[in-house]
Amino acid sequence: MTTATDIQPATPDSPPTRTTTGASAVARAVRPIPTSRLVAVELRKMFDTRAGFWLMASVGIVAVLATAVVIIWAPDEAITQNTFSTAIGMPLSVVLPIIAILSVTGEYSQRTGLTTYTLVPWRGRVLGAKVVATVLVGVASMFLALAVGALGNVVGSAVTGLDAVWDITATQFGNIVLANILGMLMGFMLGVLFRSSAGAIVGYFVYSFVLPVAFGTLAAFQEWFRDLQPWVDVNFAVTRLFDQTMTGEHWQQLGVSTLVWLWVPLAIGLRAVLRAEVK
Amino acid sequence: MISVESLTKHYGRFTAVDHVSFTAAPGRVTGFLGPNGAGKSTTMRVMVGLTRPTTGRVTIAGRDYRELANPGLEVGVLLDASAQHAGRTGREILAIAQQTMGLPRTRVAETLARVGLTEDEAERRVRNYSLGMRQRLGIATALIGDPDVLVLDEPANGLDPAGIRWMRDLLRGFADDGGTVLLSSHLLHEIEVIADDLVVIGQGRIVAQGTKAELLAAAGTLVRTADVERLARALHEAAVTTTPIDGGLRADADPELVGETAHRAGVALRELRPADGAGLEEMFLELTAETAREGAAA
Repeated sequence: MTTATDIQPATPDSPPTRTTTGASAVARAVRPIPTSRLVAVELRKMFDTRAGFWLMASVGIVAVLATAVVIIWAPDEAITQNTFSTAIGMPLSVVLPIIAILSVTGEYSQRTGLTTYTLVPWRGRVLGAKVVATVLVGVASMFLALAVGALGNVVGSAVTGLDAVWDITATQFGNIVLANILGMLMGFMLGVLFRSSAGAIVGYFVYSFVLPVAFGTLAAFQEWFRDLQPWVDVNFAVTRLFDQTMTGEHWQQLGVSTLVWLWVPLAIGLRAVLRAEVK
Repeated sequence: MISVESLTKHYGRFTAVDHVSFTAAPGRVTGFLGPNGAGKSTTMRVMVGLTRPTTGRVTIAGRDYRELANPGLEVGVLLDASAQHAGRTGREILAIAQQTMGLPRTRVAETLARVGLTEDEAERRVRNYSLGMRQRLGIATALIGDPDVLVLDEPANGLDPAGIRWMRDLLRGFADDGGTVLLSSHLLHEIEVIADDLVVIGQGRIVAQGTKAELLAAAGTLVRTADVERLARALHEAAVTTTPIDGGLRADADPELVGETAHRAGVALRELRPADGAGLEEMFLELTAETAREGAAA
């Protein structure tokens, strides 16, 4: 057999040009796929199905609905930018991680990974592009929420006849963005760990609703746990980003709890995706 | 050119692919034939980097698949036409491939036309596609990068007879232009009309490989008689290998030798002819009978 005899005149250090003995019979330079293109493709895949489109649209819809609710029902003195951002932020913090989950699990639940990982056989690059696309969507959503909230604040204070209260600092906004990105990374982590939409979404609800209640109950009844909770309860640590001035100790607690609940499982999940067979 | 070198894949204690070696040469259509579960798909998934081999390797034009700079432009792959997001339109699925490979947008419409999907069909969501339309879309995804090598797993599944003829002409043209085609099937008559070379696999092992003509010639002689046992003994004494078939034998010798041997042994024959008249089907069934699930019945 004449296996692996170089029928390619390409030198090892030149970009991989090929002289086709094949279909086109014209020498053609094959350039590597740039990462920016992978990110663009992943963003496109988030929007190009009906389910994906409405999930994305729900970010805007939620923001507008929450703003309307505040204007209609909140007492006059509560019409502040902070009220709007909280009202918009709570539902968004549920939607954004689900977007992150589906960006990963869609490749497995819909089996599109077969094509994706064949066209781009470097799975780490695909996952990297997905993280970047997810974070871009998250940050864009937060700015959209900020804009809608500000508009609501202007309209709301015009309705009440009071001066608009701008009580969100850049630091606070930064913390809120960080909290949401951590939430999306949690979704991403569950996605790579479960590689199934249903499993990951159930996992996400356990993470964000069952665990906090369990930890809260434990802290309420067991005194020894009360001081420990900020270090082990990741939701507790993340939620403080929304409504408190973060102290040095708070940051440390955030670091420790996310290490256990986010970074380590994320590393395990990524390793699994890189190694697992795609079927 | 695809070169599979002593490829083995274990799943726990189960051996899906067992020291498989073959090459698919440029300018030829290579048929990869075997019953369901024989290891065809596993071999093809290893080929394109979706599955890690236990040992052995596959190279395409001398390189590992992951060493290709932009694989879609060099290898066209269709592994499972149904593995698509049901909520995307056919055009969108092709456009994602086009964008990933960095091709001009006009290629989408050109390729849709090339595989015979109409504008109207391209706008439909894939959940409303027949299996035949999915196959065409999958072949479009494989072809859009204008590759030199095609790897197609069961591409004729779900195609109607006209579709199979269309694909035969397409792959023939592709190979005649110097391309390499590897396609798998568990149906022999599909592959018989398309392939130049055959690789037959059963239970993870290669049971036969060669050109279609060679394998036909190697099919030997078919002989039927009332006294199978005596003929088998006589042929055995003449150093001819035989395989029992229904009411007779398949002998690895030409009909003349078989006829002479029968005459000398005084065995009256009912039928004597070259086995290739029975087509590759018989060979395929024979070759895979001992390894296939249905083997016990044969």
